[in-house]
Amino acid sequence: MAEPVLALDDLTVRFRLRRGELTAVDGVSFTVHRGETFGLVGESGSGKSVTARSIMRLIPEPPGEIPRGRIDFEGRDVLGLNDAEMRALRGRRIAMVFQEPMSALNPVFTVSAQISDALRTNLGLSKQEARERVVELLALVGIPSPRKRLDSYVHEFSGGMRQRVMLAMALSCNPTFLIADEPTTALDVTIQATILELITSMIERFGMSLIFITHNLGVVAHACDTIGVMYASHLVELGSKREIFRNPQHPYTVGLLNSIPRLDTQAKYLTPITGTVCNMMDPPQGCKFHPRCAHAMEICKREIPPMREVAPGHHAACHLHGRQ
Amino acid sequence: MSATETLLEVKGLTKHFALHADIYSRLAGEKAQMLKAVDGIDFHIRRGETLGLVGESGCGKSTTARLVTRLIEPTSGEVKLRGENLLAFSSSRMKEARKEIQLVFQDPYSSLNPRKTVMQILSRPMEIHGLAKSWTEKRGRVLELLRRVGLGVEHIDRYPHEFSGGQRQRIAIARALSVDPDLVIGDEPVSALDVSIQAQILNLFRDLQEQLGLTYLFIAHDLSVIRHISDRVAVMYVGKIVETGPAAAIFENPLHPYTKALLAAVPEADPDKPPPKLTLKGEISTPIDPPPGCRLCGRCPRETAICSQDAPPLVEVGGDRQVACHNL
Repeated sequence: MAEPVLALDDLTVRFRLRRGELTAVDGVSFTVHRGETFGLVGESGSGKSVTARSIMRLIPEPPGEIPRGRIDFEGRDVLGLNDAEMRALRGRRIAMVFQEPMSALNPVFTVSAQISDALRTNLGLSKQEARERVVELLALVGIPSPRKRLDSYVHEFSGGMRQRVMLAMALSCNPTFLIADEPTTALDVTIQATILELITSMIERFGMSLIFITHNLGVVAHACDTIGVMYASHLVELGSKREIFRNPQHPYTVGLLNSIPRLDTQAKYLTPITGTVCNMMDPPQGCKFHPRCAHAMEICKREIPPMREVAPGHHAACHLHGRQ
Repeated sequence: MSATETLLEVKGLTKHFALHADIYSRLAGEKAQMLKAVDGIDFHIRRGETLGLVGESGCGKSTTARLVTRLIEPTSGEVKLRGENLLAFSSSRMKEARKEIQLVFQDPYSSLNPRKTVMQILSRPMEIHGLAKSWTEKRGRVLELLRRVGLGVEHIDRYPHEFSGGQRQRIAIARALSVDPDLVIGDEPVSALDVSIQAQILNLFRDLQEQLGLTYLFIAHDLSVIRHISDRVAVMYVGKIVETGPAAAIFENPLHPYTKALLAAVPEADPDKPPPKLTLKGEISTPIDPPPGCRLCGRCPRETAICSQDAPPLVEVGGDRQVACHNL
């Protein structure tokens, strides 16, 4: 296995809100190796995006705080860096692609102006050099006649083209690590297919590592090597793509896979997960999934199950796998 | 009632929106650009079946739903409910007809009035249509509706904000059922829901159809949802229906190049399936003043000279299937 690039250890993120305290990420640990694509899957509110934003130190403090844990990136704990060191990291080492390009890009600056901005600040290019580099970048992400589109505004692009602009901006300072937070969720399926292909080819071409956040299991099945499944602030299962899809061990992962309607067959009924996700302001004791779990036991109501290895390189946090 | 009776028939349904550059050009009577949201579509739905309408954003799916319910008036065409053209109905006649066609919207957060309780939300349609006289009768019917959609008596006096997205969608479904409709139109009713909740609501749609003999027009952009829920499928692309037929046939053997491309682009939740691919060139065509000919022109791998001149009609190809393509 290649060397580890990013290692999260016991990452915990809390928000102090007027209504009370909310733990959005609770004891999450995983490692991403060089050249690996890591898929972080889970339903809305499970803590995927907060995990990603913590890596970039984009959690506003207050109300947010990181009371526990480490985020080691290339051997340094990101949580211990000062603002200047963080600025040197963002964009140049780690870059991020957001879900909504329309709100992540600035509507009052041209595409060239906003991408140049990063190039001039981070790489110290001149205005003209930056402009030339933007042309290269737009061509790289497949925007037709890039020189003509330099002075276009974001609203003049379609959804798919906007996401290409986002990707061009993320790639602008040659990062080694990319975090893509639901980059295809707002896109139509045909556009999604092209953006997925583009991201995968960029990752391979530049030997980058990738964290791909999505709720779409179909997307991770094709875009990722390793998958982490999150439920209600906890990482509940972690393993290779094949292990997660062929040999899921956590009841939540099993439930999620069973809930998806299939394209190749038609069943009369789906097998949903019963109940609804717990209130994160007032989560249940023990395993967060136990109120919805068909296998819940007494211990599940009291103790949070730790991550245990269930097969080589495959971990699950479930009491079913705790008894020897 | 025979099993194959046609409940809804749509013929040549068209909606063009005029886009004026600004108010001056409008006042000067200049010719506006036309956005052809729905451009002459034909389909029918048989009693008790589910027709899935699928397509990408902007293809005219939701406009179709709004036209069929007469929430907006079409430019031309016919919408026949049991053989009678709804578009010719007077407003009082239309009010009667509205009982028979009900809509469930995509976003259960904006489609329920936040200031009304569940009791008020579900009893209002009954009041409008004079379906329940006394308070006791209304309450009885509301309780019955709640039970049908998997909610209970404890929910009756709560407000929408006290419910999760899935529960809200159950309330929206109960509201649609409150006037005992024949046809329920779901406009992306599960798109806003997480996958585990989506499965619950899809099962609910299925149960209600069995119990009440409902007919569905189910609109979605998610192909696996359409595959799951539909008996027959209609695929839309930029205001036109390009292919219709039984769900199994279309998904196993798509004939139109657009349907093929759409299916090839879906990432299936199975790492052993082929990765998603786009087999078309470029991006979705514009519905604004589209050129004559097939809407897929310029993107299609099978394009020939005729494609840019004549729009292909939807023609029967056997096995209850219709396809609009010159080069099958």
